[in-house]
Amino acid sequence: MTHLAVSKTYKLYIGGKFPRSESGRTYEVVSTKGVFIANAARASRKDARDAVVAARAAIVGWAGATGYNRGQVLYRIAELLEGRREQFVAEIVASEGGTSAAATRQVDAAIDVWVWYAGWADKYVQVAGNGNPVSGPYFNLSTPEPTGVVAIVAPQGAGSLIGLVSVVAPALVSGNTVVVIASESAPLSAISLGEVLATSDVPGGVVNILTGSPAEIAPWLATHADVNGLDLAGAESLEWVDLQISAAETLTRVLPPVVGVPSPSLERIVAFTETKTVWHTKSLI
Amino acid sequence: MTLEQRGALAPAERATRLIGGDLTEKSLRLHLEGLPGVDAVGLEQRAADLGSRSIKTTSKAWALDRIIALIDLTTLEGADTPGKVRSLVAKAVTPDASDPTTPHVAAVCVYGDMVPYALDALGAAHATGHASGQHDDGIRIAAVATAFPSGRASLPVKLADTADAVAAGADEIDMVIDRGAFLSGRYGLVFDQIVAVKDACRRDDGTYAHLKVILETGELTTYDNVRRASWLAILAGGDFIKTSTGKVAPAATLPVTLLMLEVVRDWYRLAGERIGVKPAGGIRTSKDAIKYLVTVAETVGQEWLQPQLFRFGASSLLNDVLLQRQKLTTGHYSGPDYVTMD
Repeated sequence: MTHLAVSKTYKLYIGGKFPRSESGRTYEVVSTKGVFIANAARASRKDARDAVVAARAAIVGWAGATGYNRGQVLYRIAELLEGRREQFVAEIVASEGGTSAAATRQVDAAIDVWVWYAGWADKYVQVAGNGNPVSGPYFNLSTPEPTGVVAIVAPQGAGSLIGLVSVVAPALVSGNTVVVIASESAPLSAISLGEVLATSDVPGGVVNILTGSPAEIAPWLATHADVNGLDLAGAESLEWVDLQISAAETLTRVLPPVVGVPSPSLERIVAFTETKTVWHTKSLI
Repeated sequence: MTLEQRGALAPAERATRLIGGDLTEKSLRLHLEGLPGVDAVGLEQRAADLGSRSIKTTSKAWALDRIIALIDLTTLEGADTPGKVRSLVAKAVTPDASDPTTPHVAAVCVYGDMVPYALDALGAAHATGHASGQHDDGIRIAAVATAFPSGRASLPVKLADTADAVAAGADEIDMVIDRGAFLSGRYGLVFDQIVAVKDACRRDDGTYAHLKVILETGELTTYDNVRRASWLAILAGGDFIKTSTGKVAPAATLPVTLLMLEVVRDWYRLAGERIGVKPAGGIRTSKDAIKYLVTVAETVGQEWLQPQLFRFGASSLLNDVLLQRQKLTTGHYSGPDYVTMD
């Protein structure tokens, strides 16, 4: 019996589920040589709206978990990525071109970045927090706390998986939840990452992945009053100054675009945190 | 005591008109059980069909404002305090402080002992005209009574509960029927109790507080029972029929509300009298509420879309409507940080 190829339907990842776009739209994903690979969902503003609602609902559980627990959950994603290396390598070769050795290097690098950030989950507070000297018999402590819902435009150039991982992981470390617009030209590995997240211990809604046009969706996320942070890493080709201005209307924290893939850094974790300062008496009389 | 006397019911004008002077347990039972059965599949399909209309832009803006004006903003918790009632009233008067063009809600719905605090907090915003007939621009006070939500108390207790709330200044009384009696077929008992409660709604000046009769459809189990209970409540003198207390699941559903609206439409054709309908409990999103508006307009007509004839019993619905309203006016999505917490 001959085998018919069963091609995969790439859908969105919102609130732990894989819905099609509410608009019913799709677009063709092609290789660098213009060969058709798959149809991906073209997310609409309403998909973005639903994703923010899901992300908002997931905050309590994710930000409320201990840093140690978040670190474990994030590390487990790296374990699962390791087990799916071949699928990611195949998807990257198909959509970005290049050799399978280069694709393998990218997947390995993505896993390494993920593990690097996972390790910070129970450590970044000690580094970014502070004990402040005050003129009184008090302990005065400043600690970083998650900002809330962070909307991200993933890097749109080469390195679709490493680019996505390098912007999503740092936002998750402190307890933020994420709505990310994947690379428009190479969205397949993003949805496969969604499948990894759905089978890991990450609660539904903590990461929401939209595929489609960043130029169409990003303005809705930038103006959304319930989005607390905006990472414009991959927004260089958009009118990103306008996005920054509209985000300022509701006091959203904004990170400007970067060239290529942002390298791992503690700054990206701390960028989406708020500082809480508490006073505590030193002793009882 | 003779047999006839035992079977006789308290006289209610509407029932006498429909069934005749010979108002007995038996004649009431014959009437209610003689009602045609409900086509459940057809009813649910019709409701699903009405729920699939697309309401956009200006129609949506109209619908959102209308929904707010039809809400009975409700707090019915054991943990209610005068402070909670005051903040509820503040929200009823000014639902959205960022936009003064937002209409106020129709009424606040509280437990009977909270009526004085609601009255005090409303001040000049309280509706002045009495419930019967005319409807001015103010906010009304609805009180639940008759051992809400279970209804398990003796009749004198229920009547005292009602009279107390009316004396405290309630404009509307939400009473629950005795579902146990209804389900065991003692329609006459339920009928008599509604008539008695209606009587207890009488104020000193001879006017009556509006009476809403809660059927608690989630406990009536069949659509046929819902139809019978709706007729029973109307015959006994209810001004409104209300789906649920909100304490029993399932609460208001679209098919049940559609069925009750059909009874109201039939009664209007038969007697020329307009009865109100109030779905309560479980309506949390604007999208759901708009489905109800469509159902009302298509079943009994648009003139029912006014506070005297249709209400939503809700608390969290208002916030969702406000978020949608802010989206329409500002052009970008709003968030829960921009409405009050309840």
